[in-house]
Amino acid sequence: MSTDSAITSDLSPTDVGGITLTAPILSGRKSRLMRKLSLLPILTGFLTLCVVLMLVVVLWNIIAGGIGGLTWEFLTANPTEGMTKGGIFPAIFGTVFLVILMTIFAIPVGVATAIFLRYYARPDSRMARLVRVAVNNLAGVPSIVFGLFGLGFFVQFVGRGIDKAFYGGNLAFGQPAIIWASLTLAVLTLPVVIVTTEEAMRAIPRDYIEASYALGATRWQTIWHVVIPNSMAGILTGGILAVSRGAGEVAPIMFTGAAYYLPYLPAKLNDQFMELGYHVYVLSTQSPDVEKTLPLLYSTVLVLLLLTFALNALAVLIRMRLRMRYAG
Amino acid sequence: MTETVRHRDQTNAAAPSRLQWERYAVRRGDRWRDIWMGRLITTIAVSTIAAIILIFLFIGREAAPVLTSAEVHQEVTVAKMVVPLASRAGRPNEFIWQPVSDTPKYSLPPLLLGTLKATLIAILFATPFAVGAAIYSSEFAPPRIRELIKPVIEMLAGIPSVVMGFFALMVLASVLKDTFGWRFRLNATNAGIALGVAIIPVIYTVAEGALRAVPRHLREAAQALGATPWATARRVILPAAAPGIFAGVTLGLGRAVGETMIVLLASGNAAIWSMSLTDSIRTMSATIAAELAEVVIGSAHYHVLFFIGALLFLITFLVNSLGELYIGRLRRRLTGVAG
Repeated sequence: MSTDSAITSDLSPTDVGGITLTAPILSGRKSRLMRKLSLLPILTGFLTLCVVLMLVVVLWNIIAGGIGGLTWEFLTANPTEGMTKGGIFPAIFGTVFLVILMTIFAIPVGVATAIFLRYYARPDSRMARLVRVAVNNLAGVPSIVFGLFGLGFFVQFVGRGIDKAFYGGNLAFGQPAIIWASLTLAVLTLPVVIVTTEEAMRAIPRDYIEASYALGATRWQTIWHVVIPNSMAGILTGGILAVSRGAGEVAPIMFTGAAYYLPYLPAKLNDQFMELGYHVYVLSTQSPDVEKTLPLLYSTVLVLLLLTFALNALAVLIRMRLRMRYAG
Repeated sequence: MTETVRHRDQTNAAAPSRLQWERYAVRRGDRWRDIWMGRLITTIAVSTIAAIILIFLFIGREAAPVLTSAEVHQEVTVAKMVVPLASRAGRPNEFIWQPVSDTPKYSLPPLLLGTLKATLIAILFATPFAVGAAIYSSEFAPPRIRELIKPVIEMLAGIPSVVMGFFALMVLASVLKDTFGWRFRLNATNAGIALGVAIIPVIYTVAEGALRAVPRHLREAAQALGATPWATARRVILPAAAPGIFAGVTLGLGRAVGETMIVLLASGNAAIWSMSLTDSIRTMSATIAAELAEVVIGSAHYHVLFFIGALLFLITFLVNSLGELYIGRLRRRLTGVAG
């Protein structure tokens, strides 16, 4: 780290893997001032601080605006007076119902895919590469496109198909419903589950697997008795991250099942439902009197934010414990 | 390991005698289960490929009538979507997005321009902060502070987009309007900045990963030659990690193009052909979100919205592929260096 410029005088260009280290980068004169001020650390440090401040400002604003209205009654009561008063219980219930259904679909499929990538497919086989490309692409599809897909495939194609086959063409499943919304979200969150699970499986010591095979266990027995128990924390983390992601998504459920307002709670798979994020959207754009609704709206946003943050924190915690277990 | 073995003994209550175990290393039932579970797992994994193909097919299926159906063509054709139209007799032709009217008009250029404006502002806003923070935490930050930056970025990434949109709608818009005296509260810049905050984590994560992946010996070589941290970062680390930083920006771009709730809430949703950054905009994603719920399924309008969705899908696909390309280039460059 010596900045003695004497040694830099007659250095010939040094090629290090395509990046040419030449004497000018070390030359003293022009950058002496910069060196003294060390501009880059200050500049980048300032930019980092700005990012932190952005988070703080958003959080602070929402906490300050929403904490006052966050009462037990708010969490457990129904909306009243055209949703300008009362609580958000149906939205909380709908969100929980939605994400539970979603995990029921997403976790088995995600875990199976991770197992396939790690223990069935050869890493460089065409199939494994194709699955990886598919998962990568799935992660990049915009959420609104998932909404279109949910409507076009699940509601219009699968739902209508079920109606034709089992309900004599009467409307039962061929309409927006919680099952279609949760399936759409399951497809959207699949990459999260796959990536997290695979990461956890990568951390399982090879000895465990080899010991299992050496004892005469089949591949499936090894997976069921060794791989899955040992990657349970990772699977759980993936599920939690998926839930956190899914609970915050609005665009995919707008046309596949979320309702503006419902006087009843969803009880069947083909019911519509209220959801926190969608409720925020509805209240902030379609409320007859925004000023009057604002405190309620802030509290709803705070509940949504707390829910997703609590889930994320839980995932971080589990991951830390996992890391400690294998480190120790 | 002992746990596993015990477990197995317990489950096989009627375990075969030692002699039998030796003769049949694997029982027949176990072997069948092994084969069938293998097939099941492979099938499920392949279904992820099916999922992406299904998305492609079903968006395409609902979008295709815009190109092929004579019924839809009575109302709209691709040609009509891209040329200016007369709104009323005697007025100059212009781009109009007016799907609900006696003679519906579906001009795409205002939506494309709106998307472009929001995305560009988002990228211009996010890149300095995200890349700056990435450089700081990979090059200069003391370990304790670095450990603090990570959860901050994760929390920023964890904010649901509807919450960010809400904040931009209620707070940021008023602050910006009061500060700069703009005519409209909800406009391209407001939406773009909120969008920018939302994509900072994407850019940061990829860029920081790239910077940290630069082999240590490059850094040490530069320092051994007497380079300052500034010179090391600017002349050695940044060029080496450049494809990764580009990849981060590109992936952030892909995310911004498709992001819906923020622009739906914060942009004003007016489909006007204007170059001003302080006019309201209507993006492609917000158009779908705002209109699809009220559209008659199977109508021309419905198919046009799917057509926009297909365009969006295509654009994000191309942008993300470009990002992957940069990541591949980075990987080759760094492994080439290390190898």
